Amino acid sequence: MNKQELIEVSTQVRRDIVRMVSSVKSGHPGGSLGCADFLTFLYFDCMTHNSKAFDMNAKNEDVFFLSNGHISPVWYSVLARSGYFPISELSTFRKISSRLQGHPSTDKNLPGIRMASGSLGQGLSVALGTAETKKLNNDPSIIYSLHGDGELQEGQIWEAAMYAAAKGIDNIVATIDYNGRQIDGDVDDVLSLGDLRQKWQAFGWEVYEMDGHDFDNIKETFTTVKAELGKGKPILVLMKTEMGQGVDFMMGSHKWHGVAPNEEQLQSALNQLTETLGDY
Amino acid sequence: MEILGNKDTRSGFGEGLAELGAENENVVALCADLTGSLKMNAFQDAFPNRFFQVGIAEANMISLAAGMTIGGKIPFTGTFANFSTGRVYDQIRQSIAYSKKNVKICASHAGLTLGEDGATHQILEDIGMMRMLPNMTVVVPADFNQTKQATKAIAKHDGPVYLRFGRPVMPIFVKPNAPFKIGKAQEVYTGTDVTIVACGHMVWKSIEAAKVLTEKGISVELLNMHTIKPLDVSAILDSVSKTGCIVTAEEHMANGGLGEAVAQVLSKNHPCPHEFVAVNDSFGESGKPMDLLDKYGLGTSNIVDAVEKAIGRKN
Repeated sequence: MNKQELIEVSTQVRRDIVRMVSSVKSGHPGGSLGCADFLTFLYFDCMTHNSKAFDMNAKNEDVFFLSNGHISPVWYSVLARSGYFPISELSTFRKISSRLQGHPSTDKNLPGIRMASGSLGQGLSVALGTAETKKLNNDPSIIYSLHGDGELQEGQIWEAAMYAAAKGIDNIVATIDYNGRQIDGDVDDVLSLGDLRQKWQAFGWEVYEMDGHDFDNIKETFTTVKAELGKGKPILVLMKTEMGQGVDFMMGSHKWHGVAPNEEQLQSALNQLTETLGDY
Repeated sequence: MEILGNKDTRSGFGEGLAELGAENENVVALCADLTGSLKMNAFQDAFPNRFFQVGIAEANMISLAAGMTIGGKIPFTGTFANFSTGRVYDQIRQSIAYSKKNVKICASHAGLTLGEDGATHQILEDIGMMRMLPNMTVVVPADFNQTKQATKAIAKHDGPVYLRFGRPVMPIFVKPNAPFKIGKAQEVYTGTDVTIVACGHMVWKSIEAAKVLTEKGISVELLNMHTIKPLDVSAILDSVSKTGCIVTAEEHMANGGLGEAVAQVLSKNHPCPHEFVAVNDSFGESGKPMDLLDKYGLGTSNIVDAVEKAIGRKN
């Protein structure tokens, strides 16, 4: 997919996000908007996957795990837009009996989701488990995972980081949504992560940095990263993003982490996001 | 009751796991630095590429196991019961129980009979925590042979399982070829005066108690309730409809354990006198396993007393 096509998808995904969250007056628009470009890239231009016949076991398919499950709106939109389930189902987000739970789950059998997430810090371990199984099965597919930067305050992340390097797990690319913000404020104010690049390197990972809103840079980084797989080291991408990217009044603050826009704010957001593929 | 030998239940797990490894190439094992304690060495030696030493990082181990199921593996995690449950409850809840992953959480050194290490390691709440989780099956086998049978049976069961066993050497009384079915209680004795429902090491203590009670002229029906969830409701109701009173015996807190599960069944279907042999809202302490059972009210004499009390409450 070329850059213009990717932008069209991610713009529509952003419209979906603000409409979904606004319609139930709950959910997490900030991080969702910030990761719209990356998830669009993964599902439309990077991963080998079959959206038409969902296979929990993902045989010969790349697998993506969302560890920071609260940004479910962006994942649901990208999954629907890439064909996992009807786009119209996005209207059920967070409503009773919906398959689109507030945080991703498997128990209602929503195609595209292989593990519940929401309680933070667990997704890297899960992703490494599937990476180990891929190796045992001689399946050369790639495991991708996404984590919030605030989520790195969870200790289990570092257990997993240690494990991956010690065991030479080299079929995984973990990405950090490095927006510097969390619910209570800036990450630096809540509990500083220090020098993340050095931390991950010290834990034995190959670290890359990337602009999460520049499709040229994303493509270039992932081309490089894919060539580094299979060399005995796990790979981490520090992805610089802006929480609320694409909606001016949501950017530059942590305040839209978990707050839904009202009707007026929704209209203002939609005015900034062209309807490219048709609203759900 | 014929004693077939003396072994620890954890060794039954180790033998069962090694046999499983040979029978099913999808079986993988993970251990958090307690390979010897869990008797997982045989599996590790025979199938090194399917054995994952994760170090002292139980949360990572549980979530790794959940992830390994994607692609068809059947992970068995091994550590002490305390670190298999309380320490990793949220990981189990989200990634195994809620996500319905085919992980077998195998927990040794459960309860007071861990002995000298003391209360930090003697978990008495694990059955309660695990049976509260939707989708979770909870199995507490009674002796070496049954633990081996259970280990093999849970591999064939599709879904999350908590398998609880222990450290001390105890008499073996379950026949090696006895049928083992998850959710189906095993009748040890048939009788008419009282029903004893026990699990784990307390089945043997109940056999000892039954001997004393028989000498006193009391006819005991003893059910080895190796599966706490799903509970064999019909076995309980069939038995109490005959005996009219019940004693439950478990190496666990009264709160949340087998006794409470049985009480729920009885209060709905067949209220009758029920006495609990269990730890009463207390932590354990260091000591020899059998001394601890006596001190915390789980000795043979405690079961005898509970039976007499239950019978005395019958009209």
